[in-house]
Amino acid sequence: MTLLYTGQGFWDPIAWLFGTAFASILVYWIWSKGRGDYKKGTEQVKPFLCGNPEPGKSEIHVRASNIYWGFVEALKGYYEPLIGMHTGELSDYVGWFIGGLALLTFVILVV
Amino acid sequence: MPFVVVGVMLALGLYAILFSKNLIKIAIGLSIVESAVNLFLITLGYVKGAVAPIYTMAPAGKKMVLPTPQALTLTAIVIGLATTAMLLSLIVMAYKHYGTLDIRELRRLRG
Amino acid sequence: MEHLPILVVAVPLFVAFAIPLIDKVGGGRYAKEGVTVGSLLFSLIGMILLLKRVAALGPQVYVFGAALPTLTLPTGMKVPIRIMFEVDGMSAFMALSGSIAALAAAIYSIAYLKDETGKDRFYVLFLLLVVGMLGMELTGDIFNFFVFLEISSIASAALVAFRYYKAESIEAAIKYMVVGSLSALFVLIAVGFLYGKYDALNFAAIAKRMEFSWADKIALALLVVSLALKCGAVPLHMWLPDAYAEAPASVTALLVSVSQASLYGLFRVCFSLFGVKMSTLTVGWIVIIFGVLSMFIGVTMALVQKEIKRLMAFHAISQTGYMLLGVGVGLAVLGNPFDLKSYGLMAMKGGIFHIINHAMYKGLLFLTAGAVFYRAGTRDLNKLGGLAHNMPWTTVYFIIGAAAIAGLPPFNGFASKLMIYESVYKFNPILSIMAMIVSVLTLASFVKIFQSAFLGPQLPEYKDIKEAPMSMLVGMGILAFVVVFFGLFPELIVRTIVDPAAKALVDQASYISKVMGGM
Repeated sequence: MTLLYTGQGFWDPIAWLFGTAFASILVYWIWSKGRGDYKKGTEQVKPFLCGNPEPGKSEIHVRASNIYWGFVEALKGYYEPLIGMHTGELSDYVGWFIGGLALLTFVILVV
Repeated sequence: MPFVVVGVMLALGLYAILFSKNLIKIAIGLSIVESAVNLFLITLGYVKGAVAPIYTMAPAGKKMVLPTPQALTLTAIVIGLATTAMLLSLIVMAYKHYGTLDIRELRRLRG
Repeated sequence: MEHLPILVVAVPLFVAFAIPLIDKVGGGRYAKEGVTVGSLLFSLIGMILLLKRVAALGPQVYVFGAALPTLTLPTGMKVPIRIMFEVDGMSAFMALSGSIAALAAAIYSIAYLKDETGKDRFYVLFLLLVVGMLGMELTGDIFNFFVFLEISSIASAALVAFRYYKAESIEAAIKYMVVGSLSALFVLIAVGFLYGKYDALNFAAIAKRMEFSWADKIALALLVVSLALKCGAVPLHMWLPDAYAEAPASVTALLVSVSQASLYGLFRVCFSLFGVKMSTLTVGWIVIIFGVLSMFIGVTMALVQKEIKRLMAFHAISQTGYMLLGVGVGLAVLGNPFDLKSYGLMAMKGGIFHIINHAMYKGLLFLTAGAVFYRAGTRDLNKLGGLAHNMPWTTVYFIIGAAAIAGLPPFNGFASKLMIYESVYKFNPILSIMAMIVSVLTLASFVKIFQSAFLGPQLPEYKDIKEAPMSMLVGMGILAFVVVFFGLFPELIVRTIVDPAAKALVDQASYISKVMGGM
């Protein structure tokens, strides 16, 4: 009922769920072996930043523009023409359509 | 011959959409393309020497044209009217927001 | 029961035009919402019954104005002269997926649009959009297809401009309107070519006499490009992020399914109208190239977006690429029965399964984005943060949707992507590897949304926001339930609805013979 043939192999979500549940129990068991004798409510549970005071909430949140900055910077040669392609100008939108139409008509007529 | 007219009108309309920078002119170009398509459809239904397909009034022995292309054209005209009205009303609102009809200015959405 | 194909379209159409009247007469505060949801529920139930009927009895036809709804060829006629609906496994599958999304979006709208004006017109257009979508998927007549295409494109342009007080909505609507109606006109030219050659407008009648001469080739090119534009394949996708991002969220969730109706049109044209008479390898490769470009450019553009709905819209393009890839591989090997049997059909099943999965999880994601916008008042990812503290349910729904789109087990996206990878690998390993890379990048960009909007410390400006209202949670809940259910029982879904859909596409002969009689 849940065993799906996917061309080369099989996929069974229920069996996967059982496996995941087993792994979670194992992880929980290992975690529960950890030390429980730290002092709650003292400095032991606070982040330690080399003695500096903790910055405010909005300063420590990583904003969207900073995520994958390195990835985009490394692929600059790919991204700059790609973003330049999306001009937002209506005649370019139509131009791509007409150009694609001409190219495809040619391809289908010739081949 | 009518097919040449269709081709010329189609080219003119596409030229207007592709190369004019004014939204009203683009709307006019769209209407010209629409008329070209309507002309194309109505030309397809033309049979030389045939009469209108009114069964009770047609003289005996004469060929009757199939009314389907005319029905298609009527439908296409009605749809074209709706499209043009909708587009023009959107253009009015765009003018209120942007203060211009130049499509080079209407590109806040890009990238 | 034999009137079902028309009823699922006619009831929402009737209700759409009744809504202004109901609103004038009064009839309670939630009257228009009630009748909208009621008619969509009716359509959904009708579609389920119709799907069962198609599974049991084969393709169903409904002829308008005939003495009998199943009388396709009046005596003495060689071609069908009446407009008809023809519902086979694929049509019923698409319409089912569309009506689930429509119902969820309508329920979501009740609370989402509470403070907006012009709600009666909103529901009229919303139902017309559903009618256009269902009509495109059920019709068996190519001109009728064009009419429903125009209904849906006019209604959706109007709905994109629903927030007319925002300049961006108007801008997006204008772009969508011009590009959409231009492509629809090219569909009409193609209809003209086919009609001029075969004197028929019925898919089956044209397909039976298809010769694939130069006029047919031009018609094929026009149809493929126009419909690829309407479903947002790269490089014809430019209108899509604009329109999807600026429409109200409930409309965007429905627009995903409406674009898929154009995708359905593309497949119907390729498989049922032209079929093996055309050079399937060429057209198959064209579809595959569209698919690969869409997958890759869509996802890489999504990675750099800063606005939550625009980012998701680029993902919609990228996921459409998977469907084009899967079904394109099936199309490329259509002329080769051995390859078709060994992997082509499986690739098609994967692509088709992905259609319904995508309609569900992408609808869900757009609805969660709408919930974020409704409460936080911004869609800018740079301003959002820490919403999981205040909106736990929305967060859970978002996680379900994001895991499904990224293809994490056990959600539904995983099953269909696995089917696509494994079968496409046999056709061309490079395509399969690209699909996997795209999947990784998809996960990466959803981690970006999750981190920047939901995780992080509770920001001071969002301290007091509340969970989304009830009707929005219900709307999202329906889609989330479907996503999880499809993920847990993929075999059941593939066997009952996906497999008949893929077989219906391949089996051109029975599609024709249902209308034209014995071959």
